[in-house]
Amino acid sequence: MKLDRVLQYSQAYNFFQWVFGKHAPEPGVVFLSQRRVYILPTRHGLTFGLAVILMLIGSINYNLSLGYVLTFLLAGLGIVSILHTFRNLAHLYVGAGRVAPVFAGDAAQFELVFENKSDFDRHSLDLACRGARVSCDVPGRHHRSVMLPAKTEKRGWLQLERVTVDTRFPLGLMRAWSYVQPDMRALVYPRPDSAPLPPTHSDAETGDAVSAGPGADDFAGLRPYHASDSPRHIAWKASARSELLLTKLFAGRAASELWFDWDRLPAGMHTEARLSRLARWVILAEERGLRYGLKLPGVEVPLGEGFPHRERCLKELALYRG
Amino acid sequence: MLIAGATLAVASHTQWLPFWVDFAAAALLVWRAIASIRPGALPPRWLLILLTFSGAIGVFFSYRTIMGRDPGVTLLVLLLFLKLLETRARRDVFVVAFLVYFVALANFFYSQSIPIAGLMLLTVFVTTTALVGFSAPLRPVVDDLKTAGRMLAQAGPVMLLLFFLFPRVQGPLWGMPQDAYSGVTGLSETMSPGSISALSLSDAIAFRVKFETEPPPRALLYWRGPVLSDFDGLAWRVGLPQLRRNMSVEAAGTPVDYEVTLEPHNRNWMFALEMPARIPPTARLTSEYLVISLTPIRSRVRYEMRSFPQFQAPSGGGPEDLAIALRLPRGVNPRSLALASEWRESLADNSAIVRRAIEFFRGSRFEYTLQPPALGRNSVDEFLFDTKQGFCEHFASSFVFLMRAAGVPARVVTGYQGGDTNPVDGYMVVRQADAHAWAEVWLAGNGWKRVDPTAAAVPVRVELGITAAAPAGATLPLLMRTNLNWLKGLRNNWEALTNQWNQWVLGYNPDRQREMLSWLGVPQPSWQTMTVMLFWSVAGVLLLTALWLLRGIRREDTAQRAWLRFCDKLAREGLARERAEGPLDYANRVARALPARENAVRAIASLYVDQRYGPGPDTRSIDRLRHLVREFAP
Repeated sequence: MKLDRVLQYSQAYNFFQWVFGKHAPEPGVVFLSQRRVYILPTRHGLTFGLAVILMLIGSINYNLSLGYVLTFLLAGLGIVSILHTFRNLAHLYVGAGRVAPVFAGDAAQFELVFENKSDFDRHSLDLACRGARVSCDVPGRHHRSVMLPAKTEKRGWLQLERVTVDTRFPLGLMRAWSYVQPDMRALVYPRPDSAPLPPTHSDAETGDAVSAGPGADDFAGLRPYHASDSPRHIAWKASARSELLLTKLFAGRAASELWFDWDRLPAGMHTEARLSRLARWVILAEERGLRYGLKLPGVEVPLGEGFPHRERCLKELALYRG
Repeated sequence: MLIAGATLAVASHTQWLPFWVDFAAAALLVWRAIASIRPGALPPRWLLILLTFSGAIGVFFSYRTIMGRDPGVTLLVLLLFLKLLETRARRDVFVVAFLVYFVALANFFYSQSIPIAGLMLLTVFVTTTALVGFSAPLRPVVDDLKTAGRMLAQAGPVMLLLFFLFPRVQGPLWGMPQDAYSGVTGLSETMSPGSISALSLSDAIAFRVKFETEPPPRALLYWRGPVLSDFDGLAWRVGLPQLRRNMSVEAAGTPVDYEVTLEPHNRNWMFALEMPARIPPTARLTSEYLVISLTPIRSRVRYEMRSFPQFQAPSGGGPEDLAIALRLPRGVNPRSLALASEWRESLADNSAIVRRAIEFFRGSRFEYTLQPPALGRNSVDEFLFDTKQGFCEHFASSFVFLMRAAGVPARVVTGYQGGDTNPVDGYMVVRQADAHAWAEVWLAGNGWKRVDPTAAAVPVRVELGITAAAPAGATLPLLMRTNLNWLKGLRNNWEALTNQWNQWVLGYNPDRQREMLSWLGVPQPSWQTMTVMLFWSVAGVLLLTALWLLRGIRREDTAQRAWLRFCDKLAREGLARERAEGPLDYANRVARALPARENAVRAIASLYVDQRYGPGPDTRSIDRLRHLVREFAP
């Protein structure tokens, strides 16, 4: 039993776990204990070692006492840098932050929160996940959030993959790293296509559009900007006063009503193409301040308007299983 | 930062490098400085390759080779500056840093003095700062300097342990390049007029002496060096050294025990006070009573000696030895020959001739000068009868010539005379400026006897040293002049420091390592024992460093720890906190259960909430919280 405990605290055990163990996402805040921080010399570290050995041989050959001093000082520096690099990463907390929904093809920004409860600063922590790299510093007794971009391809939930946190601070001779996989997922909406809104005709059954007449451009209020809003509707002056970018809403359009129906799309259309089209319509309708509803096989979102309504429609589209 | 490091590393090299390399390095440095302001100014690759090749060719033409130590160092310096012009990627930064370390090491080929050591420490510091700055680009340089300084301070103990305990091997491991020992000054195998007076301009230290017993008076401080017995009319040369086993010294008076720390001079002889009676185990004695080392002295050596200042030296007086000591070049110096034969005829024995010659030198009003007039073919005649101006080599040379001409076996001995005791550490310092030449004559029944014609002609040279003997206005080394007392005091302190540095840092060799370990209680350390000692001591130091480094590492902050401790105390009383219960709710529940403790419980909970969720931590409140929790008993 004792051996078991010793093994548990050894890096070899840890490595074994890492190679053969499961990679389940870890909920909550991940603590980088010393058992999960690995450290090895970098290529430059190995070169440094070689240089020190060459210098030692030179010092012996030429009987250079100060050569010994310099060589051993550098050797000491190399050894001490192991401790510094390890310390720079160990005992850090990594928590999951927010992640905003994105359209397929855009990069999802996963927010990771580093919390440093120690007294000293941590420098140059590099995060890497599937080709994306970001770097951050965390001062002592502070926390910092980092946005880790991840490419999206398919709609639906995107689970954050295993993230490598590594650091070469302070000398770049050693690399300490650890793996974290916080339980985070991003909602990926279908990528909207470039179709225009369907024409407003007064089909009573589908209730596509009810125009409120010529007073359509009356200003009604502001709401936060999102990526799909037309730049022409941004309230620049109001945005300058507030911290958010704001979009103008127009009252006249609120009177229009639209139903976006899966079954009314052309029969030959592919599922994903249909979802893209519907997503596009939802975005355009919201942009113009229309009232709209969504009908999918088995799902119906009643008429509504505003940001939460849009999100709900897009979420249904993202998670639709045909 | 890296540029500064490279400049520091090369700074002291400029004294030794060929002048064009200095210029090239300066030009490349300026180029690099411009490029750091205007990034477009970095040279293209083909130009760098061209520059590298032309540098190599230049080195070849300067040294006629590219192998060996000096060309190697020159190439290294050029390479460093060219690489500096090419630092684009991460890899290049490391290459430059490592080159700087190598160039710093190469400095020690030429000098291992304290200032150079300080300069190189600064170089390592700056280069390390550059590396730190490179791996944390967002920080201000001051922080990088602090980190680098802290790391170097932590590397210090490891360095000391490695320095003292790393099993030392006496180098060299393989044959050294020919030029490894060029540029050392000292006495040589020949003596011509002017060779010793040239040495006397040098302030460099020849060796240091630590006397175990009372040092002999200054007039007896004759440090014996090469013995010259071949004369060609102008220059004296050493004969073939012969090792003899049965050399004997008949001693009178008390022996002198002392330890000599000899500076490297790239020859075999080791200086000893006349006459050496006990010699170190690695040395031998020649038939001329010269102590020689089996290998040339190429690094500073330390050896113990015993000498008798009052002695008789009866060995080395065989017929062939005496024949050598009577040889004269033919057809030169007729006036001296005439004077000598006059003495031979008028005087009864050899010792009378010697006494007569000494009187001759004493009475002839010779002038002691560092700049004697040039002498022609009959150098002895011209000196003795015409110019009468000379330095010790003139006196010794002409005295021995006269003796041989009169039939008295004689030879020239070179070495050092005198020495100054440094009042700071008590070491006697003998400088190149103390170089001297004197004579030895063979008197049957007495053996070889020292005669110093310089002392006869200019007694003050031997009694007070060269400073007193040289005429005013002579160009002696600045610090050898007597009137600069404060400067002398400064120099004494500095040289005492240098001596400690030499003894303990530069002179730390396998012998000294063994001495130190046996002083520590390991009498016969094998390299295995030393490795084990080294391993454990370094591990211990690293453990301490790690504890020091990790002292600020925390899982929870202090407020959290105190709160958890408080919860533990209550849990033992059966009042465990519910999982979803907030601190204030929990405090309310506990306060109801333990009315007597209500105040303390509420204080702790509110302090904790303030610290945990309030605007910022505040040490006084945290201390109070910890105090309350410690005192708390349910």
